[in-house]
Amino acid sequence: MFELLGIPPQALFGQLLLGLINGSFYALLSLGLAVIFGLLNIINFAHGALYMMGAFVAWMLLNYLGIGYWPALILAPLAVGIFGMVIERLMIARLYHLDHLYGLLLTFGLALIIQGLFRNEYGISGLPYQIPTQLAGGQNLGFMFLPNYRAWVVVASLLVCFGTWFMIEKTRLGALLRAATENPALVGAFGINVPRLITLTYGFGVALAAFAGVLAAPIYSVNPNMGADLIIVVFAVVVIGGMGSILGSIVTGFGLGLVEGLTRVFYPEGSAVVIFVIMAIVLLVKPAGLFGRAA
Amino acid sequence: MPEAARPGSPLLAVRDLNGWYGESHVLHGVSFDVAEGEVVTLLGRNGAGKTTTLLAVMGMLARRTGSVIFAGKELIGLPARAIARMGIAIVPEERGIFASLSVEENLMLPPVVRPGGFSREQIFELFPNLRERLASQGTKLSGGEQQMLAIARILRTGARLLLLDEPTEGLAPVIVQQIGRTIERLKGEGFTIVLVEQNFRFAASLADRHYVVDQGRVVDTIPNADLERNMGKLHAYLGV
Ligand SMILES: Nc1ncnc2c1ncn2[C@@H]1O[C@H](COP(=O)(O)OP(=O)(O)OP(=O)(O)O)[C@@H](O)[C@H]1O
Ligand SMILES: [Mg+2]
Repeated sequence: MFELLGIPPQALFGQLLLGLINGSFYALLSLGLAVIFGLLNIINFAHGALYMMGAFVAWMLLNYLGIGYWPALILAPLAVGIFGMVIERLMIARLYHLDHLYGLLLTFGLALIIQGLFRNEYGISGLPYQIPTQLAGGQNLGFMFLPNYRAWVVVASLLVCFGTWFMIEKTRLGALLRAATENPALVGAFGINVPRLITLTYGFGVALAAFAGVLAAPIYSVNPNMGADLIIVVFAVVVIGGMGSILGSIVTGFGLGLVEGLTRVFYPEGSAVVIFVIMAIVLLVKPAGLFGRAA
Repeated sequence: MPEAARPGSPLLAVRDLNGWYGESHVLHGVSFDVAEGEVVTLLGRNGAGKTTTLLAVMGMLARRTGSVIFAGKELIGLPARAIARMGIAIVPEERGIFASLSVEENLMLPPVVRPGGFSREQIFELFPNLRERLASQGTKLSGGEQQMLAIARILRTGARLLLLDEPTEGLAPVIVQQIGRTIERLKGEGFTIVLVEQNFRFAASLADRHYVVDQGRVVDTIPNADLERNMGKLHAYLGV
């Protein structure tokens, strides 16, 4: 019954799962980019490097301090988030009065520096990180085998994405954030410390990237280029979803992961480029992105 | 520590206020006083510098010099957020209702900075329309309702000096009347108000005093009682 066009169901569901996993990372990363872009108006090119730092901090916690996966899932985003806030205060904040392009160039430079430092220290061969014992093994669902850790990645990403969406759309802090995105001067004139809000927002967006990095550590090997490879696709996802749209980046992230997976089943040769082809079409038809408001 | 306001000294004293937008020098020495509980207007033709004066007092103008003393404390050099926390609030000319926030969220956005602000019930008593529209998107309200929302949200904060920039601009006469009654009520409750107005029939019904702004300066002061006598002069200033 599952014989679709001669594709065995194992292959189909296997690729769909892989698509969901990739989509989990696309969604977390593009969500962080969207949050940052909304308030800071900069495209955070350091995002991939900070994702990589998340994975490395988890690895260091384990290998230098013996701190395992579960605490690292909190501690690594916290550490990288604080690192991000320091960067924002010391460097990015000085560029807000200039064209967006300067923020982009600065964060691009930062990404190269961070990646270079890690490459010098740890090489490029990649460091292993074990799946936590609680999530080893998997379930036989009959039509496919579902590794527990991969299921966890999808669930964790969904939870964090929708938690973030809820925080931004439904809470008072989120209302402040949305208001400051629209008119920071007026929000300041109500007595709110907008620069601090911006710093915290950057820290939060960066922490999301680091969280994705920790999730990725047991799946992909921890290596200095892991962010650079992924972030190119994530930027395409952001362009397709529409810069700055919260829900758009979540839906587009998961959706494009699935599209990529399906392409791998039906037309494997196209899987590496399908997202970029969609990006080109979206740019031609709806330049603000699927969920973006026209500027 | 700045000296406390002496009895009889104005709540707001603006002296030789200069202000710039980038390189463009717009305020050239604005001076005026507002006593506690007074309503004063800034009148002047388009581009005279009325809005800029309010922005400079509120700390929303990046570059300003001179002196703005509020309750005995110098505000020049303070960021807008610190000025807001001292009890000054603004209704900007463009109203500043947030499109990505509901009416409820718009209303509750400004934090309470001092005790003594209006409760939600008092606000709904003043602006009954807002209660029915709480779940709407802020910018889905009519112009009049948006203006009411812009006033309502700063009444919650406990600010005692209100800067209102053309609250009647573009509104239907019944709404203008409602806003007029609101300002009267606020005056009765002891609020101090600086009102920018083009509609000086409206201004005359509320204000204690009028300051005429022209080319970035206050060029004349007219007590409301003398308004009739000064009509000719005023028409000349305003170019009407
Ligand atoms: N953002 C800005 N950048 C540069 N110049 C500005 C800006 N806003 C206002 N100006 C200029 O500053 C001067 C004073 O403007 P302001 O808005 O204070 O006038 P106004 O008295 O409020 O006028 P209106 O009655 O039209 O509201 C005008 O010449 C105006 O062109
Ligand atoms: Mg004006």
